[in-house]
This record gives sequence, C-alpha cells and structure tokens, in this order.
Amino acid sequence: MPAQSIWTLLSWGPDGWSDDIASGVLVTIALALATLPIGLVIGFFVAFAKQHEEPSLRLAGNIYTTVFRGLPELVTLFLFFFGMPLLLQHVVRLFNPDATIDVNSFVAGMIVLSLIFSSYASEVFLSAFRAIPKGQYEGGYAIGLSKWQTMRLVILPQLIRIAFPGLENCWLSLLKDTSLVSVVNLAETLRQSGVAARVTKHSFLFYSVAALIFLALAVLSSIATSYILRYLGRREAR
Amino acid sequence: MSVSQAIAIDKPPSQARGWPRARILGYALVSIWILFGLGIVAYLVYAWNAEFFARYAPAYLQGLGTTLSLVAISMVLGAALSLPVAYGRMSKDPFLSGLAYCYVYFFRGTPLLVQTYLVYYGIGSFRPELETVGLWWFFREAFYCGVFAFSLNTAAYQAEILRGAIESVPRGQWEGAASLGLHKLQTLRKVILPQAIIVALRPYGNELILMIKASAIVAIITVYDLMGNAKLAYAKSFDIQAYIWVAIVYLVMVEILRHGVEWIERRITVHLHR
Repeated sequence: MPAQSIWTLLSWGPDGWSDDIASGVLVTIALALATLPIGLVIGFFVAFAKQHEEPSLRLAGNIYTTVFRGLPELVTLFLFFFGMPLLLQHVVRLFNPDATIDVNSFVAGMIVLSLIFSSYASEVFLSAFRAIPKGQYEGGYAIGLSKWQTMRLVILPQLIRIAFPGLENCWLSLLKDTSLVSVVNLAETLRQSGVAARVTKHSFLFYSVAALIFLALAVLSSIATSYILRYLGRREAR
Repeated sequence: MSVSQAIAIDKPPSQARGWPRARILGYALVSIWILFGLGIVAYLVYAWNAEFFARYAPAYLQGLGTTLSLVAISMVLGAALSLPVAYGRMSKDPFLSGLAYCYVYFFRGTPLLVQTYLVYYGIGSFRPELETVGLWWFFREAFYCGVFAFSLNTAAYQAEILRGAIESVPRGQWEGAASLGLHKLQTLRKVILPQAIIVALRPYGNELILMIKASAIVAIITVYDLMGNAKLAYAKSFDIQAYIWVAIVYLVMVEILRHGVEWIERRITVHLHR
C-alpha cells in the first residue's frame, strides 16, 4: 500500500473518507432526532403516571423506569435486536408460515434509545412536576378549565421551562448512546470511522475524528440549547 | 337553609373507590407488566435447557467476576485520578483550570465506546513504538485497555462530583476553620469532607451504577466479561435466553446497589432528620 498522507485520507471523494464519515454523521443526527420526540412523549406520560394519585399507575411507571434504567444500554439493544425478530416471527407465522422477519438496525436503535431516553427523561419530568405548586392546578380548575386544558395551558409551559436543563443532559447522553447502535451494524459515525480505520490501518486518526465529531455535536447542542433557553426566558418575562 | 342545619352537617363522606378511568388504566398497565414478567418466566421454564445451563453458568460466573473487578479497579483508579483534576477545576490558575476543563469536557462529551476504541485500536496501532517504550504488554490486553479507558472516563465524572460536593459547602466553613487555626488540609479532612460526603454519596452511587452498566461495552473489544460471555453463548447456541439471563443479572446488581446507596444515605443523614 502506498503511503498516503493524512490529508488524502481525510479528503472528500474516492481517495478520502470524509464523505463516508459525513454520511455516518447524518445517520447519527437522524437517529438522535428521530428518537427525541418519541422519547419525550413517552417520558412525559411515564412521569405523569408516576406522580398520579392512583397507586397502580405509579407502580406501572416505576417498573418502567426501574427496568430500562437498570439494564445496560447494550443489553437492551441486543435483547431487542435479536429477540424482537423471534417474537414477531412467532406472531407472523400464525398467518403466513413462510415469513421471515429482519429488523432494521435503525428502527431497533430508535426503539431502544427511546426506551432508555424516556426512562431518564421521566425522572426529569417527575421532579419538574413536583416543583409546580398545587395551587397552579387549583387555579386552573377555579377559572373553569378542564383537567386536560389545565395541563396543556397552565402546567405544561411551566413544566418545560423547569425540566429543560435536565432534558438537555438527557439529550447529550442520547447523542452519545447512538454510538452503541454501531455494534448492530448501523452505518453511523463510529461505524464509518471504524471501517475507515480498518481499511487504512490509521485507527488512531479515524477514532480521533469520530471523537471530535461527537464533541462538535455536543458543542453545537449546547449552543442550540442556550438559544432555546434564552427564548424560553423571554417568554417568561413577558 | 338555616344556619343550625349547616353546622350540624358532618364531614363529607370519603369518596367511593369506584373505577375511575385512571384506575382502569393503571390496573391494565400493571397487568401488562405482570403478563410480561410471567411471559419471560414461562419462556425461561419452557426453554429450560440443562445442557445450556451446565455449559454456560460457570462462564457467566467468571464473567461476573471480570465485570466486577473491571469496575472496581476503574473506580479506584478513577477516584485517585479525579483528585488532581478536581483540584485543577477549582484552581484559580487559568492554565490549570483550563486544562482540567478540557479534560472533563472531552471525556464527558464523547461516547465511552469511542474512547474505548481509541485506546484499544487507536493506541494499539502504534505497536512498534509501544514495543520500544516497553508498554506493549499493557495495550495488547483488551482488559487493561478497558480499565485504562474506563478510569480516564470515570475520573472526569468523579472530578465533577467531587468539585460540586466541595463547592456545596459554604465558604464560611473554610473561614471558620481558618480562624480556629486549622490549616487547609486539616480543614478539608475534618470540616469540609464530612459535609461534602453527604452531598456526594448519591452521585457517587449513580456513577458506580453507570460504570457497571457501561462495563458491558468492553464485550465489544473482546473482553469476556458478563456481557462478553453472553455474546459468546448466543453466538454458539442462537438461544435468546443467553441475553435474558444476563439482563436479569445486571438488573439485580443495579437494584441491590441502588437500594444499598439509599440505605447508606439514610444512615449518614440521621442527624438531619428529626
């Protein structure tokens, strides 16, 4: 193999690996962004259940967080990636005996990351729920709002503002957890860097690039969140 | 309605338990969980395979030992390394604090998996250089690489925990101790740390739990820890119970730790409760 300079390896095009890694970065961002809304919604409802006066709802919510926060991310991922096709196959074979099922690693990653993200986010939402005084609910009911309206118009706007810093942490760990999906062959940043490392034998270079990309994503997120935070603050002041 | 009538009214009757929508939903969700749990138990009973168990149970036990020693060594080394980092973070010297900040930012901002790869494959690729320095024996072993990466990573997190805990103690405590003639180290040991430990206990417990969960990552760089043995068992048998068993073991470990931390916290904050 002719000795290639670092700059050739990092160039864009057939000789370099930048284009491959860039496509991986897009997959990473897409995975994180696709997980975020699902995780937020599930997390909100789990938190809602955990602060409900009905004990059975609280129990169900607590089991959810115990399970998905207690399991290592990798174990959850493998359980779903290998277990879900088996389960689905049993179900589908009832109707169509010859069917085989393959799970897309993007979808499996999305489901697993949503479960993990939502269990952490639910704790953040729960402490935000506890920070909102009871009088806010009572005030809402007193002016004739229904339960759902009180939640949407009175509680939720305050909840988001209180929960935001905690959710930012959840988002940062979600971003980092996307790298785990590379082990089930999703062509995201780490996977693509790993391929480049193996082909070119420049492991240190390409894994450093991957690390710097994740670092850059973290910096970009904190810039974005500071803008959002300023926006939320302005809404509050008005 | 007369006044006397209003006074004679007792307190309102307690609400009928009944079946509001929330309770129906709650019971339904709990039943789903119970069914799910029973399903797993039923599957494990149905798929009970004495041969599988006899073959892999010792490997799992050995893997558990590997996991625990990896976590224990990394936690201790990380704790030692976190002292200078935390000192740097709290230092007034801009160079020192900037350096410590970069260290913490790097290790908290990048995935642990990337760091592990960077050590095992990245540093490991400089084999000739490492051989001349005489460090190749260290970076050849996946287990040592795992310990190296994990110690560096947890040092960054532990430094932040330590800093947060020490800074949570009010300044007046330092000043009070100084006015009594204690020097800095004595103040730290006798006044600040006892108060900081109460604040730091829960984050340290969480960090330990996170490390145990994260240690599953070393299975990818061919360390045969708990997860590594599960991977091996699955690759040989294509039996999903390989992962179910390992999930149960991790869950039990994490729950024991979590309750243990809560118990210790209750014990050391006895003087704060009345």
